[in-house]
Amino acid sequence: MAYVTIDAVLCKGCQLCTLQCPKELLYLSEEYNQSGYNVVKQKEGDECVACKLCAYMCPEAAITVYK
Amino acid sequence: MEIVYKKSSNFIEAGHSFCPGCSHGIAHNIMMDTIDEMGLAEKAILVYPVGCAANAMTYVKPNVVHAPHGRAPAVATGIKRCAPDKFVVLYQGDGDLAAIGMAETIHMANRGEHVTTIYINNTIYGMTGGQMAPTTMMGQITTTTREGRGLHGEGQPIKMCEMISTLGEPKFVARYALDNAKHVIEARKGIKKAFQMQVEDKGYAFIELLSMCPSNWHLSPKDSVKYMEEEVIKTFPLGVYKEEV
Amino acid sequence: MNDKLFVKGSEAIAEAAVRAGCRFFAGYPITPQNELPEYMSWRLPEVGGTYVQGESEMASMNMIFGAASTGTRCMTSSSGPGLSLKAESLSCALGSKLPHVMAIMMRGGPGHGIIFPAQQDYEFAVHGPCHGGVKQFILAPSTAQEAVDLTYSSFDIADKYRTGVLILGDGFLANTIENVTFPPMKKLEDLPQHKDWKITEYDPNHHKLITSYFPPEIMEQENIKMGQMYEYWEEHETQYQNYLMDDCEILICAYGSTGRICEEVVDELRNEGLKVGLFRPITLHPFPKKVFEEIDYNRVKLIVSVEMAIPGQLVEDIKNYVARRTRVEHFGRSGGVLINPGEIKEAIHKMVEE
Repeated sequence: MAYVTIDAVLCKGCQLCTLQCPKELLYLSEEYNQSGYNVVKQKEGDECVACKLCAYMCPEAAITVYK
Repeated sequence: MEIVYKKSSNFIEAGHSFCPGCSHGIAHNIMMDTIDEMGLAEKAILVYPVGCAANAMTYVKPNVVHAPHGRAPAVATGIKRCAPDKFVVLYQGDGDLAAIGMAETIHMANRGEHVTTIYINNTIYGMTGGQMAPTTMMGQITTTTREGRGLHGEGQPIKMCEMISTLGEPKFVARYALDNAKHVIEARKGIKKAFQMQVEDKGYAFIELLSMCPSNWHLSPKDSVKYMEEEVIKTFPLGVYKEEV
Repeated sequence: MNDKLFVKGSEAIAEAAVRAGCRFFAGYPITPQNELPEYMSWRLPEVGGTYVQGESEMASMNMIFGAASTGTRCMTSSSGPGLSLKAESLSCALGSKLPHVMAIMMRGGPGHGIIFPAQQDYEFAVHGPCHGGVKQFILAPSTAQEAVDLTYSSFDIADKYRTGVLILGDGFLANTIENVTFPPMKKLEDLPQHKDWKITEYDPNHHKLITSYFPPEIMEQENIKMGQMYEYWEEHETQYQNYLMDDCEILICAYGSTGRICEEVVDELRNEGLKVGLFRPITLHPFPKKVFEEIDYNRVKLIVSVEMAIPGQLVEDIKNYVARRTRVEHFGRSGGVLINPGEIKEAIHKMVEE
């Protein structure tokens, strides 16, 4: 099982990560962080394969990938 | 459960001070991940320019020299010649490198200084608010080319990789894009190769990274990706332009 | 190498710099100082140093910027027009507190100027070249031997205050061949190591950043410290030559090559019955202003600024410091026409008669 955590403080909601996920597990949530950005979240489930594509694409390096 | 990717420990602060979707963040993450991976933090000296590219200079762990506008190549020459055992990386934007610093860039490359240039080309002046850059594409609208570049004697975009690769001394000249993960992975490989070359004292490497500036392109980050694929990469073809390693 | 040589002023400065521990030089060919980089190009490699010929004056100055940030003693040189080009990075280097030394040989007019001996760049070098209000030491040697001594000590000054030292000469100083005696070669291990700021020292808990760009509150503090340092220099670091000033009724003010010429003028005018003295500032910045507070203005009836500059430049500073307490006049030649003692004497006689 693999998953990612997205640091809600660092996320600026640019969604570049959401374009990369081959399983389309990332989405822009309705939640705001302290800087006023909508933050990206990962869908519940065990489909993540820790391919790291989202993390490589995140300009803020807000994504940590676990495997 | 183990961590397979996390933010580099070479940043002092959490978070980048760039706009949402800006490629400077990705470029910095690649640079710092590679420095981590190769254990170069202690040896590294980063030469920052003037412009958005310099935003990160206060929160990276390796030592930094903030050069005058366009002069990073000359500053880096002074550093590397006095401290040849150090690992010197120049991080410059297109305005800094290809306009005000063109002479310094070409001549440093021509001397074949044993340093690495990371050149961020986003086709625009970012920090000053979106004026025409030397790399602005034909027809591209900026705050100083309101009808698009090319109508009033602005000339055509300057292609640095093509120019640098005509010189004798540079050993590795390549252009990558930061618009999708596939391209980013290629860029990671290219940067690692360039860094390795400097560690082995094999000569000058020039890495161009086509980057997105959603704020000054007046596009969302998602639309910037599309613009990059449809316009920018067509003007600036990706690939390795010179390799003599 | 022999300690006594018969060399051009430019070469004398270069050798003195090498002996002071200079191990990096970058320059761009420009007359009248080409012998200096030429000398460095073979001499530095002999002592394990590096010479780079820059693609421009700006690039050369920025190579100095880079070299200085590694804590290496470094130097560049140029002429008046070259100082214009170096000015941008000079301000950045001084704002970034990078010690360095620069030799500038002045030219005879604006634009391209003329390469022959002149002092048309006093105003620009002393008050002009740095945006942001930053200043540096300006030293004006009058002979090759003095150029050697000042160059040798200039690297210590630059290190002590983390500032720049500009050695201001002219075509006369640069190209006259004279006998000079050199001080001994300094050992690099005895020089300041700058471990607290040089970028070759890595400390994961203390990120070293060489920059001149700061947030507002810090920038203001930096500027305050800068101002205090300049006041300290004026108090402790000024140098000048007092030649028969103490009983003089007519005071000649002249610096550099002109100062040397005026020494002879003083002797001759004294023989002709005029009580003349010479004030020759050696540090043009910090300027020995105090001298003008200590003058007895009941005795000194005339002050003449003699310069190879028209309109007069030093004279404006003198007028400022004298503050109307006595008569201040200017006599000069310019455009590369070397000033001669006869015409200075004639001019002073005429002023006295007026």
